[in-house]
Amino acid sequence: MSQHIGRILFRAFVTLLMVTTLNFILFRVIPGDPSALLLSGARISVTPEQIEAQRQSWGLDRPLFPDQVVDYLSATLRGDFGYSFKFRGRHVVDLILERLPATIALVGLAQLIAIVCGVMLGLYAGWRRGGAVDHVATGASLALYSTPSFWVAMILVVIFSTALGWLPGYGAYSPGANSLLDYLRHLALPVTAVALGLIGQYVVVARAAMSDVVSEDYMVTARAKGLTNGQMLMRHAFRNAMLPVVTLITLNLGYVVAGAITVEAVFAWPGVGGLTVEALNARDYPVLQGIFLLLGASIVVANLMADLAYGLLDPRVR
Amino acid sequence: MTDFSKDNAPLLEVDRLSVDYSLKAVSARAIENVSFGLRAGEAVALVGESGSGKTTTAMAIAGLLSANALVSGGEVRYRGERLPIDDDAAMRPHRWSETSVVFQGAMNALNPVHRIIKQIAEPCRLKLRMSRGEATARARELLELVGIPADRGTAYPHELSGGMRQRVMIAMALACRPSIVIGDEPTTALDVITQAQILKLLGDLRSRLNLALILITHDLSVVAEACDRVMIMYSGRIVEDGTVGEIFAKPKHPYTKLLIDSIPNPAKGKRMIRPIPGDPPNLVSRPSGCAFHPRCPSAMAVCTTEVPSLDPLGCGRVACHLHQSLTQEDKIAAHA
Repeated sequence: MSQHIGRILFRAFVTLLMVTTLNFILFRVIPGDPSALLLSGARISVTPEQIEAQRQSWGLDRPLFPDQVVDYLSATLRGDFGYSFKFRGRHVVDLILERLPATIALVGLAQLIAIVCGVMLGLYAGWRRGGAVDHVATGASLALYSTPSFWVAMILVVIFSTALGWLPGYGAYSPGANSLLDYLRHLALPVTAVALGLIGQYVVVARAAMSDVVSEDYMVTARAKGLTNGQMLMRHAFRNAMLPVVTLITLNLGYVVAGAITVEAVFAWPGVGGLTVEALNARDYPVLQGIFLLLGASIVVANLMADLAYGLLDPRVR
Repeated sequence: MTDFSKDNAPLLEVDRLSVDYSLKAVSARAIENVSFGLRAGEAVALVGESGSGKTTTAMAIAGLLSANALVSGGEVRYRGERLPIDDDAAMRPHRWSETSVVFQGAMNALNPVHRIIKQIAEPCRLKLRMSRGEATARARELLELVGIPADRGTAYPHELSGGMRQRVMIAMALACRPSIVIGDEPTTALDVITQAQILKLLGDLRSRLNLALILITHDLSVVAEACDRVMIMYSGRIVEDGTVGEIFAKPKHPYTKLLIDSIPNPAKGKRMIRPIPGDPPNLVSRPSGCAFHPRCPSAMAVCTTEVPSLDPLGCGRVACHLHQSLTQEDKIAAHA
């Protein structure tokens, strides 16, 4: 078991190192020099000397390898992600940290709701395969799963915000208001939009897992042993059916910090997803690089957790 | 009923049992008019090709018919009492404590995520209402009984060999002290040596615990080794029933003859498998009369129209017009 954990940790470390390096290369192969881009907005004309001076101050004149790579890796390891172009002089880490709570609230809450509703519904549909609940849940889930969440988001805004006026469809706070209730009201529609798509995903996966388990030989054994349906479900089916579901849950948790880019864009939600869009539009490479690294790292950590959870649940992979 | 034992009443009586499976539009009769008795401690084999109804017969006895199965006639009695085999919930208390099943443990019949000791102890906890400690002690006892050191109980199924898993399956089957154990092809997927060990174990346990054994198989060598009596099934009916010695030495039904002939026996110069010509019948639209007549080398006119009844013959039973009081006409037809 400890050997298994050691192997998983080592693999995660190597992956993270590769993600970081790839992240560096990715932004160097993008055409266009950031200093030229930054200075091109200036009202007075910029001389080549000025651009060169800017390049020197950012270290862009030095060779990519090893100077720039080593600089980048060592700075990253120290937690220094550099400074934003757009939000002048601000630390990338500060910018991301500032946006993180809103994203975690949005995606975390949506995940929580989706896991509880989607997994339960999916497991039940798979257990009673062919029943009324199965037909409705499977049909609806496939529809939700295949619908882009930004479209769902816009429909929700049109209905509940524009037409009915029940809930705000924009931002995180009403001007002047600063209460939890106000925040939750702003959270309602984005959370619903994200959660609906996730519910579809969880129902589809949980149902497939459960209906596989139901037709397994050991379920016949359990029935032959005289177990009641409830005992068969709880003692034999549940844990086996949860194996693929737990994998999906932990992998999805990796996206909690990355935010839901499209939904955040629709609702102008001040999260990491929104920051990503702003940084993209401004070619704010340091910020993008930071976000990408955060995303990569959280996916790697989520994979790590999935591996560990799987090892706990399934004795065959230990 | 068709019981021909005089000394003691049968433990289990299957009386004119018919089971249908409803498929999408049609309904297929899996077994028809199956009757036999089983005495305590007796070992009977149900032999037949795929689709002959041997598994359906056994699953009906164990009360494990699937949801799309319909008992369309007859009944099963255990110690003279009718079993509610068509009622899943009512059948539950009978399961495992009267009749247990040894599934193909080598495959996936054990739950991969639980330790074997827990799976063996489970019926003791749930059916015999034992405490956790008592159930574990009983499970350790059962493991030793089937020749596995009790300390191996902490293993998971995937950590055991196929033969060991089959032993675990047998230990589990004995948990509630049943009087009948059904072996559903218990040695399929095992190598020949392990097969022999498992059969020996079943034989030993049978005499030690006075178990009645129903062995479902298509392997006649397994039958010869482990059983007293054989019932040959074809297309949902028992076509011949007799002692092992009788069936192997003097098979009466043409199907049984061909079946025994098909076994290669290098000692007698029979190196090749001799297949029975033709295909197994379709269960949705069976041939009229005797279902075997299209493949039967001795088919007569009457075979195409009338279903032969399973009549006593010698110390067994056979369902074949050849062995019934024949009319002169049929005899002529048979010789023609």
